Amino acid sequence: MSAVMITRKVRKWEKLPGKNTFCCDGRVMMARQKGVFYLTLFLIIGTCSLFFAFECPYLAVHLSPAIPVFAALLFLFVMAMLLRTSFSDPGVLPRALPEEATFIEMEIEAANGNVPAGQRPPPRIRNVQINNQIVKLKYCYTCKIFRPPRASHCSICDNCVDRFDHHCPWVGNCVGKRNYRYFYLFTLSLSLLTIYIFTFDIVHVVMRSVDNGFLNTLKETPGTVLEVLVCFFTLWSVVGLTGFHTYLISLNQTTNEDIKGSWSGKNRVQNPYSHKNIIKNCCEVLCGPTYPSVLDRRGLMQDDSLVSATCAAPSSSSSSNATPQTTKTTAPLIPNEHTPDDAKPSIAASAEKSPSPKEELPPASKLPPLASPETDAETSIAKDKTH
Amino acid sequence: FLVQTHSLQDLQQPAVSSKVFVQRDYSSGTICRFQTKFPSELESRLDKQQFEETIQTLNNLYAEAEKLGGKSYLEGCLACLTAYTIFLCMETHYEKVLKKIARYIKDQNEKIYAPRGLLLTDPIERGLRVVEVTIFEDRSIGSGR
Repeated sequence: MSAVMITRKVRKWEKLPGKNTFCCDGRVMMARQKGVFYLTLFLIIGTCSLFFAFECPYLAVHLSPAIPVFAALLFLFVMAMLLRTSFSDPGVLPRALPEEATFIEMEIEAANGNVPAGQRPPPRIRNVQINNQIVKLKYCYTCKIFRPPRASHCSICDNCVDRFDHHCPWVGNCVGKRNYRYFYLFTLSLSLLTIYIFTFDIVHVVMRSVDNGFLNTLKETPGTVLEVLVCFFTLWSVVGLTGFHTYLISLNQTTNEDIKGSWSGKNRVQNPYSHKNIIKNCCEVLCGPTYPSVLDRRGLMQDDSLVSATCAAPSSSSSSNATPQTTKTTAPLIPNEHTPDDAKPSIAASAEKSPSPKEELPPASKLPPLASPETDAETSIAKDKTH
Repeated sequence: FLVQTHSLQDLQQPAVSSKVFVQRDYSSGTICRFQTKFPSELESRLDKQQFEETIQTLNNLYAEAEKLGGKSYLEGCLACLTAYTIFLCMETHYEKVLKKIARYIKDQNEKIYAPRGLLLTDPIERGLRVVEVTIFEDRSIGSGR
């Protein structure tokens, strides 16, 4: 007896919960609302184009050709940092698979003991001691995990993000552990670019006015007025933001912690993550290791409905390649406050597979679906996930 | 599209009995560390020492990946100067260590855990949150479980 299965490649990003949008087959990850991000792009590219068109020819000739060159380099750096911040995974924590969620809930129930009927159970909090300070870890009902320290759930993207700073609509993404340094370098380089353009606009207008008169200058280079306006307003906001984040970095704090006042006030815990040394804090945040994304976006989904075997001889593989079949969770899952209506049970199935690089035997797991299961024809190929 | 033929004879996989999740140890801060406490569910299958050694080695490897020192600062500064485009062709230090960890876990599974009917899952596949240990049904003679 045999079964024939037609498969199509499905990558994991297609099945990720949360409200992100993905582009370039999972390489790019952003929030759903991108309108303000396009505005940011337009402002930066527009203003720089005007600068290169109106100011640079004059300044290159009358002052130095290095001016446009440096402006171009700065502009490229700003764009690189912006795109890097916007397109990368901020440090999203994947949601707990059903067994892990059940395991955690059983632990919680065991810790709580018997709650008399009618009484609300105690809040789900774990206390952890870090550097001699007690830090409370909260339970996330959406992701079904205890959030690691400094992680927070972004309601806009519907994800828990590690070292969550804030959700920035200007870059169209959350700012978290993985992209904070790019975000900071973006604001810093944008401040420099804005100051640079503003300064040379003034220099240009002054120099030209000496020769031609102020009003004539404005007539000849109308772009200058626009640039000065944009730069003036940008300066106040972006330079201020850069200053604020420099302050946060020197104290090793996140915007989220600062807003909530986690480490301020007399009776509060002192920041346990700070090295108490400004330089060390800066080095850790800006030059620390580059954390990998733990969301495998481009990996291939495994089959969750049929057991398929690419190698016919089970004796050739060690039992480490054996796959779990049924995972019937008997403990009831307590409904969460934000029931994800597009929860994907196939994510759970894909994680059931054993991580063997040679032969992949996708499991036949009959998991209780978190929500209505996917109906369609998407199945998978029994292949390794490739990074 | 791929067409595969499957044989139902191959459906002789040992069933999963249960799973244990070794949690993160946050006592040293946000660095990646797992608790070395020996789970009671594994008592019948594995030596406490063996388990602790595995977890401790994993912890050491993660510490190596996340170490703040001259080398990581140099990598960071160099990358910044190239606007991080250097990572398009170069692997980061962390990624290199993750590969090492994957090899170590595979090795441990083959040598120690699989013969005992256990399976370690690489924590990276669980968001670096837990070390998942799958316990398979014991089908050896004489076990009445």
